[in-house]
Amino acid sequence: MSNQEKEPLFSARNIRLLTAPLHKDNPITIQVLGICSALAITVKLKPALVMALSVTIVVAISNVVIAALRSYIPERIRIIVQLVVIATLVIMVDQILKAYAFDVSKQLSVFVGLIITNCILMGRLEAFAMANRPWPSFLDGLGNGAGYGLILIIVSFFRELLGSGTILGYPLMEKIGIYSTGYENNGLFILPPMALILVGLIIWVQRSKDRSLVEEKQS
Amino acid sequence: MENLLNIFIKAIFVENMVFAFFLGMCSYLAVSKTLKTSFGLGIAVVFVLVITVPVNFIIENYILKKGALVWLGKGFADVDLSFLSFIVFIAVIAAIVQLVEMVIEKTSPALYNSLGIFLPLIAVNCAILGASLFMQEREYANIAEATAFGAGSGVGWLLAIVGIAAIREKLHYSNVPDPLKGLGITFIITGLMAIAFMGFMGITL
Repeated sequence: MSNQEKEPLFSARNIRLLTAPLHKDNPITIQVLGICSALAITVKLKPALVMALSVTIVVAISNVVIAALRSYIPERIRIIVQLVVIATLVIMVDQILKAYAFDVSKQLSVFVGLIITNCILMGRLEAFAMANRPWPSFLDGLGNGAGYGLILIIVSFFRELLGSGTILGYPLMEKIGIYSTGYENNGLFILPPMALILVGLIIWVQRSKDRSLVEEKQS
Repeated sequence: MENLLNIFIKAIFVENMVFAFFLGMCSYLAVSKTLKTSFGLGIAVVFVLVITVPVNFIIENYILKKGALVWLGKGFADVDLSFLSFIVFIAVIAAIVQLVEMVIEKTSPALYNSLGIFLPLIAVNCAILGASLFMQEREYANIAEATAFGAGSGVGWLLAIVGIAAIREKLHYSNVPDPLKGLGITFIITGLMAIAFMGFMGITL
């Protein structure tokens, strides 16, 4: 690791870029980006993990590419340029998933393609990569991908545990013998509405822990 | 005809873009603060979906699909370009959105003034690309079915955003816990609306 640049690779500012999206600046609960694809694939933990990983890779790499090209991109056609870069990366991710993890790729169905229109990508490219150097942009991409993944993992953990009684396919609820006490899986957690309500609850918990995040104006 | 109506109704209620697949959530949450603007955006989405889904259907079936290029000659029967579909679909959507914007600007300035600011946003609305990808995955038999699906998805999205906007306007007068204000309560209300929409499950005409 060479630290010969003016700013060290892991300066306080760069570390903040990486960690802020996990809580204070979370893409889903604070910036309201990337909800589209986040919720539909959280029924089970495994597709959610794959999705989080794919999005993180695509955000990080496209951030670097756009940051490197930022002074050559004409203002008027920047959206198309960004879309082309993102779409190319997403096609690569999709082909890799189809080759090495076909069952997960089938479960994710159209949502791999929908990474293209995931607002996190466009949002971070517009807000960060167009105005920063490649290395901070890379960290910003990683941080936002991780923040997105964190919410995905929390939501899918509860949905899989309470909805099907398993964790990553491991029948946890059955092993601890809770069914004999009359407990039953809650089918509502498998259905789409519960994902929305869970995210709402996560926002509630997060904002009551940290009052500075509360929205002043009611809407 | 019955089949088309079935696809249309199913796309609106049973497989609603917002409530069943969470597509277009970003603009759904961001633009649903007032009823008027959300209605404008909803109309624009319907408009773009009715055009893009059939166009992408033609491209999919005559260019991209495996063996679709056979009309060029026997040698093309094995060509499979379907891996290009993402990039082609998004390019088509971006181009059509631009085109629609220009046409509306020339022909109807009044409509342009009410839709104008929303049209560029639509290019990156997940519901638009999502509809094209679902069209590809479900392999609709002909262009009429694809159009019915596009129109139905658009109307379903319009219905959802108008519904949440109306509720959020009422919400101004209610006493919501501080940390839940704004985003949190909107998510939970959307969840409750989605539960209501699940009542339509299994309907066929």
